[in-house]
Amino acid sequence: MAAPRPLERNVYTQTLDCIHCGLCLSACPTYVVTGRESASPRGRVYLMRGVAEGEIELDPVVASELQLCLGCRACESACPSGVAYGAMLERARESVVDAGLRRGPARWLERWALRHIVPHRRRLHALASLLAVLQRLRLDRLVFRLPLESLRRAGSLLPAVPGRLDRRPLPAFSAAEGERRGRVALFEGCIASELFAAINHATLRVLTRNGFDVVVPRGQTCCGALQAHSGDLSFARKLARENLVAFSARDTAAVDALVVNSAGCGAALRELEQWLPGEGAAVAAKVRDVCEFLDEVGLRPPPHRVAARVCYDDPCHLIHAQGIAAAPRRLLACIEGLELVSHAEPDSCCGAAGTYNLTQPDMSRRILDAKITALEAAAPDIVATGNPGCLLQLQAGFDERELPIRVLHPVELLEAAYR
Amino acid sequence: MSRGHAALIERLARVVGSSHCLSSPAELFAYECDALTLDAVRPVAVVLPEDAEQVSRLVGVCGELGHPFVPRGAGTGLSGGAHPVEGAVVIGCSRMRRILEVDAENRLAVVQPGVVNADLSAAVAHLGLCYAPDPSSQQACTIGGNIAENSGGPHTLKYGTTTNHVLGLELVLPDGERVRLGSKSGFAAGYDLVGAVVGSEGTLGIVTEATVRLVPLPEGVETLLAVFPDLQSACRLVGRVIGAGMIPASLEIIDQRTIAAVEASAYAAGLPLDAGAVLLIELDGAACGLADQVASIREFAASEGVRELRVARDEDERALFWRARKGSFGAMGRLAPDIYVHDAVVPRSKLPDVLERICQIADRYQLQLSNVFHAGDGNLHPIISFDRRSDEELGRVVAAGREILELCVAAGGVLTGEHGVGVEKRDYMGLIFSAADLAAMTHLRDAFNPTGICNPGKLLPVTRSCVESGSKARARVSPG
Ligand SMILES: Cc1cc2nc3c(=O)[nH]c(=O)nc-3n(C[C@H](O)[C@H](O)[C@H](O)COP(=O)(O)OP(=O)(O)OC[C@H]3O[C@@H](n4cnc5c(N)ncnc54)[C@H](O)[C@@H]3O)c2cc1C
Ligand code: SF4
Ligand code: SF4
Repeated sequence: MAAPRPLERNVYTQTLDCIHCGLCLSACPTYVVTGRESASPRGRVYLMRGVAEGEIELDPVVASELQLCLGCRACESACPSGVAYGAMLERARESVVDAGLRRGPARWLERWALRHIVPHRRRLHALASLLAVLQRLRLDRLVFRLPLESLRRAGSLLPAVPGRLDRRPLPAFSAAEGERRGRVALFEGCIASELFAAINHATLRVLTRNGFDVVVPRGQTCCGALQAHSGDLSFARKLARENLVAFSARDTAAVDALVVNSAGCGAALRELEQWLPGEGAAVAAKVRDVCEFLDEVGLRPPPHRVAARVCYDDPCHLIHAQGIAAAPRRLLACIEGLELVSHAEPDSCCGAAGTYNLTQPDMSRRILDAKITALEAAAPDIVATGNPGCLLQLQAGFDERELPIRVLHPVELLEAAYR
Repeated sequence: MSRGHAALIERLARVVGSSHCLSSPAELFAYECDALTLDAVRPVAVVLPEDAEQVSRLVGVCGELGHPFVPRGAGTGLSGGAHPVEGAVVIGCSRMRRILEVDAENRLAVVQPGVVNADLSAAVAHLGLCYAPDPSSQQACTIGGNIAENSGGPHTLKYGTTTNHVLGLELVLPDGERVRLGSKSGFAAGYDLVGAVVGSEGTLGIVTEATVRLVPLPEGVETLLAVFPDLQSACRLVGRVIGAGMIPASLEIIDQRTIAAVEASAYAAGLPLDAGAVLLIELDGAACGLADQVASIREFAASEGVRELRVARDEDERALFWRARKGSFGAMGRLAPDIYVHDAVVPRSKLPDVLERICQIADRYQLQLSNVFHAGDGNLHPIISFDRRSDEELGRVVAAGREILELCVAAGGVLTGEHGVGVEKRDYMGLIFSAADLAAMTHLRDAFNPTGICNPGKLLPVTRSCVESGSKARARVSPG
C-alpha cells in the first residue's frame, strides 16, 4: 500500500467539516491584512485538505501560510460548522516540521528554548536573575545588536524583571480567609511565573480572600501550548503527561477546580484530552480560568476603590478558545471607582500569539499597531487582559508610542481592591 | 508554468507588486472555487489590486495578452460566479476595503468594492444609519459581490434587494476604460446602466467604487419567534400576516433539521429541538404602531396552532435569534462534508405545497434535505447535505436539484432569488427564458464585454445546445 500522504492521517477527516462558506474570513487578522485567500482560515483548511487529497504538495508556500497563522482561533468563534481549527493547525504544523520545511538557526533556537529552558523552572529562574542583573547594569540594551531578528524583538519586549522576593516560589498551601468556601489548585505557568510573578501572587491572594484554600501542586510544569503551536506536539504531550500526574495526585484530585490565570495555558489544559486521549478528560474538566471561576462562585465584594479608566481587551485564547468574555468584565465592574470603557474590536488579536511576535515580527507589528490605535482612542489609564503574552505585547506597544497606559491582569486590579 | 504565463505574471506583478500577485500552486489552489465547491478550476494567477487605477491596468494587461479575468469579492457566492475558467486571472477586491466617504446628511456612502457588508453598517451605526441589504453572509461578503449578485437578505421583504440601494458606480470596462454610472442623487438621464450592472455577476466589468444608500435605523423593532409543530402551519402564518396588510421587515422559516444543526453550533439560540419549524418575524418602524401588530400576530399564530411565541426581550436576545438564523446555513456543515443549496422563488401561496413536494424529491433520491428560507418573499433555500467525494451521490444531488428547480418553475417561480446563476444554473436559464429573451441578454453583455474576456462562462448558457441540457456536475467550464 502507498505511504499515506502528509496530513492524510492526522488532519484530513477534520478538514471535511469545512463547507467553504467563508463566514470566517473577516474574523481572520492575516486575511484582513493580506487579502489572500490562502492566508485565511477557509484557505488554510482548503490547503490542508488539498495536501491530504494529493491535489497540492506540502511545499514551502503551504508551510509559510500555516506559519503566518496566529493560532488566535477567531475563526472558530465565527465558524457555524464547528471546524476545530486550532487542533488541526497544531497537527498540520507538526507535519510541516516532519517534512523538513522548517529549518535554520531561528527555528533551532526556538525549539531548543521551548524544550530546554521554558519548561524548567530553575533554569528560567536563573535566566531571569541574570537578566535582572543585566537590566540593572543597563547591559540589556546590547540585545538590540543581536544577530537574529527574533532575538532583538524578544529583547525589546522584555519587561523589567521583578525582584527576587517577588519571584519566590508560591507556598504549597495557603489557607482560605473568612468563611471557607472550598479548595482549589493553582497552575503556576512557566515564563510568566518569573516575569509576571506578581500575577501569581495576586491570584493566590484573591482566591484566599474569596474563601478558598489554595494548593500549588509540586511537579507541575509548562502547559505545552507554545511547543504544540510550534509543531512540537510530541514534546507538548510529554509536558501534558507530567501535568496530568501532578494534578491527579490524591490531594490535588479532590479540589473543586484547577485555576489558571493565563488564557493560553488554560486553553491548552482544557484540551488535554486531545493530546492524551482517554486520560486527559478528568483533569481537563476541572480547569477554570481565574475570572471564570470567581464569577461562577460569586465574588466577595472588594472593599477598596480603584479609581481608573480601564479597557478590557479579550485574550484570544480566553474568548475564542474558551468562550469566556463576560466574566472578566463583570468582575471588573464590581470594583468601586473603576470605570470600564469600551474600545473598538476588543476581541481581535493583538499579534502576540505565543512566540508569533518573535517568529513573524512584521505581521505581528501590523496587527499590534491596529490594536494600540483602537485602545489609544479610548484613552484608558489601564488596559486589563488575562494572558502573559498579550500583557507583554500591549505594554511594548504603548511604551513604544510613549503612551502612559499600563497593562495589568484583571486579578491584579482585583487584588488592589482587596488590599 | 508555461512561458506565456510567466510573461503574464511578470506584467501583472509590475502593476500590483509581486507580493500581491499570486502564482504558486498552493495559492492558486485556494482560489479554485467560491462557496460552491463543484466545478472547481485553478486560475493561472490571482492579483489583489488596491485601487481602481490598478484594476484598470490589470484588465488592460489581460486584454492585451488574451487572458480572461474573473472579478472576485470574498468568494462567498453560492453559484460559482467567482470560479475561474481555464487560463483565467482572478482579480480579487479583498484589499480594496476602504470606506471613502460617509455623507450622513444625504444618507449615502461611497465605498471601495471590497468593503465587507457588515463593516459598512457597523461604521455608520453611530449616525443612526445602516446599509439595508443584509445577506446572511454579511459578516464576510463584499459590497462588490453584493452588487454583482443583486443580493438580498432577510430584510429584503421590506427594504428590497441591493438594486434598490445602489445610486452610482464606477466600473472598469473589459477594455480597461473607467466609467461612471448613475449619480449620487440616484437620478440620472438616459439608460439605467446601474440597474444593468447590478445583478450582472461580474460579466460587464469590475465595479471599483459604489455609492450606496444608507437608511435610518428604525425607531422601534420587535422580533418574534413563533414555534410550530410543523412546517405547514408556519407557512400558513406567513400568508395570514401578509394577507392582513402588514409589511414586516422579515419573515424567516427554519425547519427541524436546521434547528438541530444550529443548536449544536456556536450560533445556538435555545431554539426548541422538538419543534417542526420556527418562524422568525421582525417588525420595525415607528415604535407606537408595533404593539398592535404584535397583538394581531399573537392572535393569528394562536389560530394556526403555535406552540410558543417568544418576543425578544432586548437587543441581546434579538441578536441571538438573528445569529441563529444567519449561522443556520453554515451550521448544516455539521451534517456532511458538503452542502448544496438552491434558491428558487415561488409564489407565497404555493409555499406549503411546493415544500412538501421538494421533501418528496429528496426522499426519492435518498438525500438529506433541510429548509431555512425567506418565507415572506417565497424565496426557498432547500439545502442538500452530501459528500462530493462520491460521484454516485453527487449525481443524485445534481439530479434532485434539477427536479427541484423544474418543480419551482412549474409552480410559477424563478430560478434564483439572490444567489445568482453563475456556472451552476446558467444551463437552466432555458427553463425560464426563450431563445429571444436570452439573445437580448447576450446583446447587452456583448455591448459591455464584446470580446467575452470578462468572467466568461457565467450567467448565460455557453452554447445553444446547453440551453436545453443542463445536467452537468464536474464538467469543467471552458472559456466562453
Ligand atoms: C452562508 C451563506 C449565506 C448566504 N446568504 C445569502 C443571503 O442571505 N442573500 C444573498 O443574496 N446571498 C447569500 N449568500 C451568497 C453570497 O454571499 C452573495 O452572493 C454575496 O453577494 C457574494 O459576495 P462576495 O463578496 O462573496 O462575492 P464573490 O462570491 O466573490 O463573487 C460573486 C460574484 O460577484 C462578482 N464580483 C465580485 N466582486 C465584483 C466586483 N467588484 N465587480 C464586479 N463583479 C464582482 C464575481 O465575479 C462573482 O460573479 C450566502 C452565502 C453563504 C456562504
Ligand atoms: S487562527 Fe486566527 S490567524 Fe489563524 S486562520 Fe484562524 S483567525 Fe486566521
Ligand atoms: S466558517 Fe467554518 S465552514 Fe465556513 S469556511 Fe470558515 S472554517 Fe469553513
